[in-house]
Amino acid sequence: MIPATFDYVRAGTAAEAISLIGEHGEDAKFLAGGMSLLPLMKLRLATPSVLVDVGRLRDLSYVRDEGNHLAIGALTRHRDLETSDLLARECGVLRAVAAQVGDNQVRHRGTIGGSVAHGDPASDLPAALLALDATFVVQGPGGARSVAANDFFEGFLETALAPDELLTEIQVRKSGASGFAYEKFNRRAQDWAIVGAVAARVNGGTHVALVNMGPTPLRARAVETALTQGASAADAAREAAVGTEPPADLNASPEYRAHLAQVLVRRALEAI
Amino acid sequence: MSVNGTAQDHDVEARTLLVQYLRESCGLTGTKIGCDTSSCGACTVLLDGESVKSCTMLAAQADGAAVTTIEGLAQGEQWHPVQTAFHENHGLQCGYCTAGMVLAAVSLLDEIPNPTERDVRLGLEGNLCRCTGYHNIVKSVLAAAETMRAAK
Ligand SMILES: Cc1cc2nc3c(=O)[nH]c(=O)nc-3n(C[C@H](O)[C@H](O)[C@H](O)COP(=O)(O)OP(=O)(O)OC[C@H]3O[C@@H](n4cnc5c(N)ncnc54)[C@H](O)[C@@H]3O)c2cc1C
Ligand code: FES
Ligand code: FES
Repeated sequence: MIPATFDYVRAGTAAEAISLIGEHGEDAKFLAGGMSLLPLMKLRLATPSVLVDVGRLRDLSYVRDEGNHLAIGALTRHRDLETSDLLARECGVLRAVAAQVGDNQVRHRGTIGGSVAHGDPASDLPAALLALDATFVVQGPGGARSVAANDFFEGFLETALAPDELLTEIQVRKSGASGFAYEKFNRRAQDWAIVGAVAARVNGGTHVALVNMGPTPLRARAVETALTQGASAADAAREAAVGTEPPADLNASPEYRAHLAQVLVRRALEAI
Repeated sequence: MSVNGTAQDHDVEARTLLVQYLRESCGLTGTKIGCDTSSCGACTVLLDGESVKSCTMLAAQADGAAVTTIEGLAQGEQWHPVQTAFHENHGLQCGYCTAGMVLAAVSLLDEIPNPTERDVRLGLEGNLCRCTGYHNIVKSVLAAAETMRAAK
């Protein structure tokens, strides 16, 4: 399968990438690792007329200690997260979740920024970033702005990013080397989660987020509230499907997903 | 780009996939297309030493990089230890998955020189084989790991 024709341009800097996207209008798209975009283009579900390749912006590939938080460049690959010692020490949950994305080949190419910008509720990292109350730094023609993870995911494959905005950095609070669990349920190797549950101790509280339980990644607020009111892990986990809209597909019905969410959240809470 | 140590220079359409480039422009047909949907790993090659699925990459993205295909793995007549291990441990039947499997294994052993059986099974998660039931593939990779460690 071959994608429809398009023009390919490679950006040398973030500023150049933004101006190239601006020049080519609505039909242009950034290309990072290509692990989500190229499969869609091969199926012709996406037909951009111009691809602006940001994959070589090595200065946007880093994990840095910024004192009270960590800064992660948007072009950092899943592989780099999975092998980062800094992340292991200061935000173990993100490293563990990155290690569960797809397979080795996918992790050698795919980036955290691509995962976030794609806005797929079945992706692993967006839910983890939601649990961590991450902040996304976004650059557009008019300058940079910051968006809280909570306000970023707007709908299925829809985010707060404007077409001419480049996600440049992801900021997360330090949450330590332990005190987290990721329960990813799937039935085939290298597959997306049918449902996933991230639980992490962040800033003295327990945060819980869900993969594939609605059009966006979701915080399991009812579970978190029950926990702050002193509920046990098992009792709190019964609230896992509250306020969710689980999709129906070949793998699972909404009812089955709701059940999975409760079981996976309980397991995650019991593990931390 | 450099392919198996040889400079390759062809003008191709932007939409040309790396696997097409290797097979059609460079004439290197050892790299197979299995699923064409990023699932099976038959098209796996090394990009600057790391395994990637060449059906899910543009040739243009590999511009300037060093690509290794199955044709470039042996040193002259001397097979790579992973190739020898697949041969000795019956790590293949029809052979369709083998080029990708071997290259994925080379990349895995570069990252984890002393893998457990579980590391190998997880590390080859992106490669499907319809013949062998994986058992001898895992055995081959563990055997290659031992040879490569002994040679160091
Ligand atoms: C076989 C396979 C299995 C997979 N399994 C999983 C899985 O289990 N879990 C999972 O979470 N994911 C999985 N993925 C998807 C993978 O995580 C992708 O790497 C990731 O979703 C996209 O990152 P990318 O860098 O490849 O982005 P691309 O595909 O290059 O881009 C994706 C989208 O984001 C936009 N974009 C990319 N970077 C930026 C940026 N910096 N600023 C603004 N917009 C940007 C692009 O324009 C495009 O619309 C899988 C993929 C494959 C092929
Ligand atoms: S042909 Fe590339 S993964 Fe199957
Ligand atoms: S040997 Fe036939 S597909 Fe693996």
